[in-house]
Amino acid sequence: MQTSIVIAGFGGQGVLFAGQLLAHAALDARKHVTWIPSYGPEMRGGTAHCTVIISDRPVGSPLARHPEIVLAMNQPSAVKYAPLIGLGGLLVVNTSLAEIPATRPDVRLIPVAANEVAEAAGDLRLANVVLLGALLATRPILPAPVVEKALERYLPERHRHLLDANRAAFRAGYASQDEQTRLAA
Amino acid sequence: MPPVLERPIENQTNNGSPVLEPVYCFPDSLRDVHTHYCPGCTHGTIHRLVAEVIDELGIRERTLMVAPVGCAVFAYEYFNLDSCEAAHGRAPAMATGLKRVLPDQIVFTYQGDGDLASIGTNEIIHAAARGEKITVIFVNNAVYGMTGGQMAPTSLPGQVTSSSPAGRNPAIQGHPIHIPEMLAGMPGVAYAVRRSVHSVAEIRKTKKAIRQAFQTQLDGLGLSIVEILSSCPTNWRMDPAGALDFIRDQMVPVFPLGDFKVIG
Amino acid sequence: MTIKLWKGNEAIAEAAVRAGADAYFGYPITPQTELLEYLSSRMPALGRVFLQAESEIGAIHMVYGAASAGKRAFTTSSSPGISLMQEGLSYIAASEVPCVLVDIMRGGPGLGNIQPSQADYFQMTRSAGHGDYHPLVLAPATVQEAVDLMSISFDLAFLYRHLVVLLADGILGQMMEPVEMPPLRTLEDQMPGWALTGAVGRPPRNITSLYLGAEQLEGLNLRLQAKLAQIAAYEQRWESYRTDDAEQLIVAFGTVGRIARSAVDQAREQGQRVGLFRPISLWPFPAQPLAQLSRHVDSILVVEMNAGQMREDVERIVGGPVHFLGRMGGMIPTPEEIVEALPMKPKAQVHRNGSNGAAPVKRIKERSYAPSA
Ligand SMILES: Cc1ncc(C[n+]2csc(CCOP(=O)(O)OP(=O)(O)O)c2C)c(N)n1
Repeated sequence: MQTSIVIAGFGGQGVLFAGQLLAHAALDARKHVTWIPSYGPEMRGGTAHCTVIISDRPVGSPLARHPEIVLAMNQPSAVKYAPLIGLGGLLVVNTSLAEIPATRPDVRLIPVAANEVAEAAGDLRLANVVLLGALLATRPILPAPVVEKALERYLPERHRHLLDANRAAFRAGYASQDEQTRLAA
Repeated sequence: MPPVLERPIENQTNNGSPVLEPVYCFPDSLRDVHTHYCPGCTHGTIHRLVAEVIDELGIRERTLMVAPVGCAVFAYEYFNLDSCEAAHGRAPAMATGLKRVLPDQIVFTYQGDGDLASIGTNEIIHAAARGEKITVIFVNNAVYGMTGGQMAPTSLPGQVTSSSPAGRNPAIQGHPIHIPEMLAGMPGVAYAVRRSVHSVAEIRKTKKAIRQAFQTQLDGLGLSIVEILSSCPTNWRMDPAGALDFIRDQMVPVFPLGDFKVIG
Repeated sequence: MTIKLWKGNEAIAEAAVRAGADAYFGYPITPQTELLEYLSSRMPALGRVFLQAESEIGAIHMVYGAASAGKRAFTTSSSPGISLMQEGLSYIAASEVPCVLVDIMRGGPGLGNIQPSQADYFQMTRSAGHGDYHPLVLAPATVQEAVDLMSISFDLAFLYRHLVVLLADGILGQMMEPVEMPPLRTLEDQMPGWALTGAVGRPPRNITSLYLGAEQLEGLNLRLQAKLAQIAAYEQRWESYRTDDAEQLIVAFGTVGRIARSAVDQAREQGQRVGLFRPISLWPFPAQPLAQLSRHVDSILVVEMNAGQMREDVERIVGGPVHFLGRMGGMIPTPEEIVEALPMKPKAQVHRNGSNGAAPVKRIKERSYAPSA
């Protein structure tokens, strides 16, 4: 089993951190994992993305031309990545900042008003964690408790005071899909 | 982007409506494009001053620019001039080559503090020693902007940067380099001054100095250099207004504004 | 032992610290700047030397000085900075002082860009400065391997009193992967018998690369060549992956080596018998093992992020032309692209396309794979 995830958005939306969180959680779940960011000066104020590969075997390519899962945090990312998603893939899109893009019928679409959910949970800046919650509720690539635990362990020191808000945002994101998933089942 | 008024093509209008006097025009020497500079960065201001001076002196078509490696690496996409891109720190050498084969053209370099005062000290000092008739626009923002805010040779004592996490300690990392003061002692240098762009008044003074620096080259007097204290809100981790205050309150005391050499 | 996620650049820096690095000199350049930034707090915290040099020329000559004092000194940079260091590298090799250099390659030539590349293969294996020598060049494919190789690089540098290069690229520098760090080594205050320490109670020592007499300079060169022959004999490293029954062989190093690993798995899923040969030491190149493998396969595909620099070595070793896939300028080959570039198509496809697919096999078979040795 190998899963490739691309998380994309504006610089400052916590795209890279969301990916690192998944990577840490994957390691804690004893998986093979790689994380790689877009890097360089063009990042500032521009768009940022990272790729996370979670696998049962050693990871070869740390990049994926057709990722199975895309978390699009803004409009340009949704437009760019929707067509690139692999067969039977999943697109989690932040509808607070992006219109729902046209997707192929095989792609599962999860719209989340992540900014609003994050704000309700305590902090607008936690839309990234909301999307992660929504993702794990829809496709449990890792157990949600492991990701929550990773949040506790790896939230950078300077954001420690936001731990509770992060947890709340993660759970709110999870709950936003939970109901629908259960309904669909 | 500042509001841009189109330059009226004719002073007359056919339909008898009043003639508009241009009060603000986009300089010919700049291209009307978006730059990649961060919000609050004063590279843009300095670009504009240089472009206005070139326009006013009427030398756009005979001016050649040498761009640096640093945040201004794409300056050649913003200036509407013939230009080239030097290796890191080597702009004065490249400018020397240009000027020596095209002595009637106006050649200037646009360099950051890492570029000019660190990796390129050799090149600037020897261009000055030879009295190359070039103009140097030296933008001092006290950090390596492009690579993410590492310590520069002009970082202030105590300044925390991503490669001086404990603050620059002069006993270990040395003292800030004062380039125009140093160059002023060299016979080949005709004009060496320091200015700043932290306020409208200082911006005006900076423009005058840039104008005089180019005039020095036009008069064939020797190398001219204007050091300009410039802001880097991103890497200083400040808002744009705070960054301008930082120049005024922290940088100016270390880098006094003034004329260190004026010939002609 | 704990396994933690590390960013490549920071992991390499920490591995150098743990391997007992005494002094670091460097200059910022993307995509390796995190090395410098990490060491700017880590080295002083341990009472070791960190200095940001005024340029890469400055940095390499500072390393030359510190290494002459018998210290474990190193520097790091990326392609354009390495170009600047060439002068110092040559002096270091000639003076036979130990030195470790990390090159996190980026796209060139010129200022190029900051995206990953492998276009310094020649620069490092062939022309790391003027004169007759090769550095020992090690090319990791994972962050763990980068850490493991960094951990032994000072030992190798001191063992041979030679230049050791860790050659990686922007992907490896920027990516995060699980790493098991070796423990922090406490080194005896070793003072090699050649180090400049002050001629207290002994005749003065001299470290130089100047030999005005032609005979003397030839003597130095013969000594260097003998040393290189020894390195070539003992320091070849490589990895073979699923080569046992392979009909087609991919040869790739560093990051492309790991991408090719994915390609091997994909091709095998499609029923193709593909294997991977990944040189880890690029100089000395593991010629013998490759030559041996080449006798058992029908085709060889070299994949690189350059225009075919390692291909020249591979062709020399297998004694004939090979297939090649190269991406440049920061473009990264994908596993799918590599599978597509395999000269022999899956059986099913050959049947469907009739004529297509057989031709490359025949062409390959005509080749001589007789090793040069
Ligand atoms: C030989 C070489 N070394 C390092 C670099 C990486 N580099 C690019 S810009 C830069 C620093 C520029 O700083 P500065 O001159 O202060 O200009 P700023 O970006 O602050 O405007 C460095 C070190 C390079 N391009 N070439």
